[in-house]
Amino acid sequence: MTEPIIRFEKVVKRFGDVTVLDGLDFTVAPGEKVTIIGPSGSGKSTILRILMTLEDISDGVVWVGDEPLWHEKAADGTLKPASEAHLHRMRTRLGMVFQSFNLFPHMTVLRNITEAPVHVLKVGKAEARERAMGLLDMVGLTEHADKFPYQLSGGQQQRVAIARALAMRPDILLFDEPTSALDPELVGEVQEVIRKLAEEHDLTMLLVTHEMRFAREISDRVCFIDAGAIREEGAPEELFTAPTEERTQDFLRAVLDDG
Amino acid sequence: MNEMTWTDYLPVLWEGAWVTIQLTFWSTIFGALLSFAAGLGKLSSNRALRWLSVAYIEVFRGTSLLVQLFWLYFALPLVGEAIGVNLRLPPVVAGILALSLNIGAYGAEVVRGAVQAVARSQYEAAKALNCTRRQTLFRIALPQAIPEMMPPFDNLAIQNLKDTALVSLISLADLAMRAEQLRNYTQDSPTIYTLVILMYFGMALVLTALMRLLARGVGRWRPAGR
Ligand SMILES: Nc1ncnc2c1ncn2[C@@H]1O[C@H](COP(=O)(O)OP(=O)(O)OP(=O)(O)O)[C@@H](O)[C@H]1O
Ligand SMILES: [Mg+2]
Repeated sequence: MTEPIIRFEKVVKRFGDVTVLDGLDFTVAPGEKVTIIGPSGSGKSTILRILMTLEDISDGVVWVGDEPLWHEKAADGTLKPASEAHLHRMRTRLGMVFQSFNLFPHMTVLRNITEAPVHVLKVGKAEARERAMGLLDMVGLTEHADKFPYQLSGGQQQRVAIARALAMRPDILLFDEPTSALDPELVGEVQEVIRKLAEEHDLTMLLVTHEMRFAREISDRVCFIDAGAIREEGAPEELFTAPTEERTQDFLRAVLDDG
Repeated sequence: MNEMTWTDYLPVLWEGAWVTIQLTFWSTIFGALLSFAAGLGKLSSNRALRWLSVAYIEVFRGTSLLVQLFWLYFALPLVGEAIGVNLRLPPVVAGILALSLNIGAYGAEVVRGAVQAVARSQYEAAKALNCTRRQTLFRIALPQAIPEMMPPFDNLAIQNLKDTALVSLISLADLAMRAEQLRNYTQDSPTIYTLVILMYFGMALVLTALMRLLARGVGRWRPAGR
């Protein structure tokens, strides 16, 4: 078996007195497309936010590749809390697409995509621009390059956000409910882009979604999380058609009735 | 010579108004620079810088402009004498300095508030793209915060214009001073002060128009009507 690219090892996350992740063990193989499902408040976003370094951990170790994310190896081999320099280096491997897009409103679509490559990766302006246009072509928005975010629909904004994340060439792309903030008629165009990414790239993808049909289509593996730990996981055909855990059955019954 | 009519007042008042305009212009510019320096200083991760900014803001917000002005003009030279440095400021320098320092302390709170009001999700997006703290502040947060600062900055600039009248007390020949001189000479208070009010009001209108123009310039990316 190949080395996992993501590994949560007994990870605990507390907010004050509330324990959100309770000794979570979780691995993702390189190139794997994994969907996390589970009830509201179960800690799905927290997992992604820990990986994107937006939230630190209370205990345990998160590994990205063969390096700890929130720790550094000291000279004597023990782990000590990560410095900002370490986090900065680790973040180059990760990208994130947010539920509410979070485009920079004061920049054109094109600048949204070239900003970080130019100023963080120090890519030349012309090269960054060319690549951004390529990405815009991929998400079907070349003619909107010079518009500001407020001039776009939610679906278009989310597609720009995907292009923006890809421009940083991450190994791992995190999606936190990328279509939840969209009007129903705009969900399809964003899912289409994510589906294409999943099919054509060896990018590792970690997706949180409430769209069960979509999860089924694009994932290699689906994880059901409840109360801070993974309760059941498996290939989508198995988990969706023959869940073994009662909690999974209850959850799936509830969401599938809704949908 | 007591036969002066209101048209005879105008050249004199205009001379004073020109001084007022210059005082307003320079102290607003320097005040804006101080606002950004102290406002961002207060948000800095450097403790010394943070402390310095807070001290400046609190001192100049907590004392009256008049006292600050008198201190710079009358007290500072004596302090200088005591330590053997010439700190005698020309009235115009003392005036601009006091006005700038005063407006800068209020402006700093505007800058700090506007930067802190930028949505947390914007900071998170910047972090996800691996922007440094500095890049996030200057390239992501500030450009979004500046348009939010414009209405309060407009108020401060108007406040500043009105405050310039205080510098006549350190013998600067601004509009207020010229009005006072004319009044002493002609005793024609109603005409003179009506003209003076109109002139201050006119300057305030122009100032607001300029601030609007500036606001439109820095907020081009926002949907119309905001
Ligand atoms: N910054 C925070 N401070 C305190 N509590 C928090 C914070 N962030 C999240 N939580 C709590 O942690 C729990 C898990 O949150 P999380 O956002 O990971 O859930 P989720 O599975 O993504 O839910 P949803 O489906 O509603 O998005 C929730 O109970 C939430 O209230
Ligand atoms: Mg969530």
